[in-house]
Amino acid sequence: MPTLETTFAGIKCLNPFWLASAPPTNCGEQIMRAFDAGWGGAVWKTIGAPITNVSSRYSAIDWAGQKMMGFNNIELISDRPTEVNLAEIAEVKRRYPKHVVIASLMVESKRETWHEMVARAEDAGADGLELNFGCPHGMSERGMGSAVGQVPEYCQQITEWVKEKARTPVIVKLTPNISDIRLPARAAKRAGADALSAINTINSITGIDLDTLEPRPNVDGKSSHGGYCGPAVKPIALNMVQQVMGDPTAALPMSGIGGIGTWQDAAEFILLGAGTVQVCTAAMHYGYRIVEDMSDGLLTWMRKKGYNTINDFRGLSLPNVREWKNLNLNFRVVAEIHADKCIGCQLCYTACWDGAHQCIHLDRTDGGMDAPVKGTDPRYPMHEPNPHGKPTPAMVFAESAKLISTTPIAKLDLNGAGVNSAVTPLDRIPRVDVDECVGCNLCSLVCPVPECITMERVENGLPFQSWEERVAAGVASQGAADAGNPNH
Amino acid sequence: MSESAGFYSKAPKSEEIAARFPDLHPPFEATAAVAEAYRCLFCFDAPCAQACPTHIDVPRFIKKIATGNLEGSAKTILDANILGASCSRACPVDVLCEGACVMHRYNKQPIEIGRLQRFAMDALHESGAPLPFTPGAETGKRVALIGGGPASLACAAELRRRGVRAEIFDARPLPGGLNTYGIAEYKLTLSASLQEIDLLAQLGVEFHFNTTVDAKKLAEIEAKYDAVFLGVGLGAIHKLGVAGEDMQGVTNALDFIAGYKSGKITSAPARVAVIGAGNTAIDAANAAVRLGATEVTMVYRRGPEQMSAFDFEYEHAKQEGVQFLWHVKPTALKGSGKIQELELQELESSADGSLVPKAGATKKLAVDLVVMSIGQATHTDFLEGGKVKLERGRIVIDRTTGQTTNPKYFAGGDCTNGGREVVDAVADGKRAGIAMAAWLAGEKQEGHHANA
Repeated sequence: MPTLETTFAGIKCLNPFWLASAPPTNCGEQIMRAFDAGWGGAVWKTIGAPITNVSSRYSAIDWAGQKMMGFNNIELISDRPTEVNLAEIAEVKRRYPKHVVIASLMVESKRETWHEMVARAEDAGADGLELNFGCPHGMSERGMGSAVGQVPEYCQQITEWVKEKARTPVIVKLTPNISDIRLPARAAKRAGADALSAINTINSITGIDLDTLEPRPNVDGKSSHGGYCGPAVKPIALNMVQQVMGDPTAALPMSGIGGIGTWQDAAEFILLGAGTVQVCTAAMHYGYRIVEDMSDGLLTWMRKKGYNTINDFRGLSLPNVREWKNLNLNFRVVAEIHADKCIGCQLCYTACWDGAHQCIHLDRTDGGMDAPVKGTDPRYPMHEPNPHGKPTPAMVFAESAKLISTTPIAKLDLNGAGVNSAVTPLDRIPRVDVDECVGCNLCSLVCPVPECITMERVENGLPFQSWEERVAAGVASQGAADAGNPNH
Repeated sequence: MSESAGFYSKAPKSEEIAARFPDLHPPFEATAAVAEAYRCLFCFDAPCAQACPTHIDVPRFIKKIATGNLEGSAKTILDANILGASCSRACPVDVLCEGACVMHRYNKQPIEIGRLQRFAMDALHESGAPLPFTPGAETGKRVALIGGGPASLACAAELRRRGVRAEIFDARPLPGGLNTYGIAEYKLTLSASLQEIDLLAQLGVEFHFNTTVDAKKLAEIEAKYDAVFLGVGLGAIHKLGVAGEDMQGVTNALDFIAGYKSGKITSAPARVAVIGAGNTAIDAANAAVRLGATEVTMVYRRGPEQMSAFDFEYEHAKQEGVQFLWHVKPTALKGSGKIQELELQELESSADGSLVPKAGATKKLAVDLVVMSIGQATHTDFLEGGKVKLERGRIVIDRTTGQTTNPKYFAGGDCTNGGREVVDAVADGKRAGIAMAAWLAGEKQEGHHANA
């Protein structure tokens, strides 16, 4: 039987699911309820310098009727007294000794202040420390948070101070608001950090109220850039986790963060090297209960795949991420539209014409081509003209313009335009010109029907060859813009 | 005298009718409309738009609902269909736009296009904004439109947008024809029809009510106007041709429906028989149920496979509790002073497929009211004498322009197609209005008239 129990930077974990340092981990009462719901750990809402919060604090991006695709906050670190937070950490650890409690810390950049805070957090019983070098708003204006994370030297200096004092594992939380996240990660590693967590939130303005012209979240008519998170940031987070984990001078045990809300999200972060994952927005949206399916789903997937522990699959996808110059230029796929699944929406057609390479056509007619006709679209002057002899789309259009739709009268008009058939008419099913298809995937991405458009491998008999190899072999010179394009 | 506004305020209001005929398809709440709008796939060359006789750009107006651009949504609808509000309620969407939705082949639930269209149109009406169109620069041309139903209204709107004066002549005291008086109240209320026409009137459409156009009047009109549009619809409901049809307690579906819609009929007796099985017959039968009848029977000489009503209308009638008697025809209407009994003869198919009486198979049906709904006659007697070509009483037109064999005469709607839906009449009127304005402007002096 697979198990979710794991060890992260020496910290034993009941499961890899931690709540990130954020409003869901604001106080002991919340965290104890979260543990009851099944969370394996919690990173306490950052403790440190005294602050005052504003009202309001959150804003979101909704998308296509779904709420909170992206989420933004301008809330600062904990506004509770440090001694209250520390007393509650002690209480939680007393009641939940097997659950992980990490103290997230942020204080002014003085060695003594950091030493004192580290000692107090560890005395309270924290299993580890997370250094908040990522908070992008408010605290950064005071020289803390991302103001530290964006300067590798500061990041290294403070990590060193903390490591002088710390007895528990030290996790450095990285900011994504930097051009190369590997630089602060390397600095943290040089300073002796035990682990990393990434990513913190991304600088953002979520939107403007079009009635008042005021940005959100609204604080007395004004706003400030906040930290962006939620499902929208997951691809950015995955990339940054991969960048760090793919760099031997930066890689450390990684706690993955950014848009995680399901077991699939968690599995993807772990496949790119994360040992634990941290969740915030999804828990703020739906509550602590989401962890049940995260655990259940991940275990089921592990069982199907034959993985017994998190470490069995951790990092397995890292070798599959390469630099572009090392990809196989001779690999080729083309789109195949499965007519039996096609519903005739023609989204692939308009996407291919307007957004891709103009190789999906609406020229199929009932009783028309029996066999697929390759490279014969009449609109392409470079091809031989239309040997199948069927009407072109323009001819079909001219014909249909002469027809006038009317309401079908039952029993009289058996094939009115509004009389639906369970089978998509052939003239609504687009055709892929396989000679022209570059295999970009766009049609398969816009198609609303699962498995309707698949990308099929074309066996061209060519061996693996990358751009780097072509340049090395002298086939392509650096900078030759199109010499390497396999499609022409 | 012409009138041109305030019809809505003249609508007869009956709380009892309103209570007995609530919306069959209730309007969307705003949040539900947006959620439904987001379900739309935004098909390219969408089948729903092809299936609509007026070719409303359905995905476009739906996406505008999703983005909160309700004004733009309503304008998209009205651009194609000036009676977009009543069509959103009255259209048989199951066999038009929604029937064509690709979702039938995906998750089986088509987009609720009709209700979304109503949502956008209701928002426009509630905003109190005028139609998003202005009359064209006056050309000095004048068109008379005979009949005030959907075909003439749509035609008039196109004429006004092109600066042609449009004057509608109607025999009734209020405009809209069957759109106002003939559609089941649970689909389209009489007052909603008038509210929509009030907006249209703002384009400067003029109305002459209580004016019956006969051959003499038509000659006067022809002399005064530059062109004439015939949107006269159909005439009276056919008679059965059996004894007792003029007895008290025998009516026809059009009078019955118009009667309750205008508040003149507020109840139905216990036992009602409706003769016929078309969509109008079903409207009448359902109305009888809602007006208090306890036994409503539809009497049809063929079987359910041959009835001309749409399947969804048949299902609706069954849900309302309407009973059906198939393969029978009335042979006599009996009663002393008022109708009491229908004598029915059972029918069977003969060897050549025609229906013949089944020997010895007769039955009686006790009734308090009989509603005839066996199709309408044409109403083109006043055109006889070669003014325009008729075919089985229908006016022959060129389908794309609505022009008749007489270049000065255009026509559309039920009087040309024999009786279809409101949206077909709107489509006819729209095409004719555009073509008339072009013809009047001299673009088509030679005419593009129907083949003689």
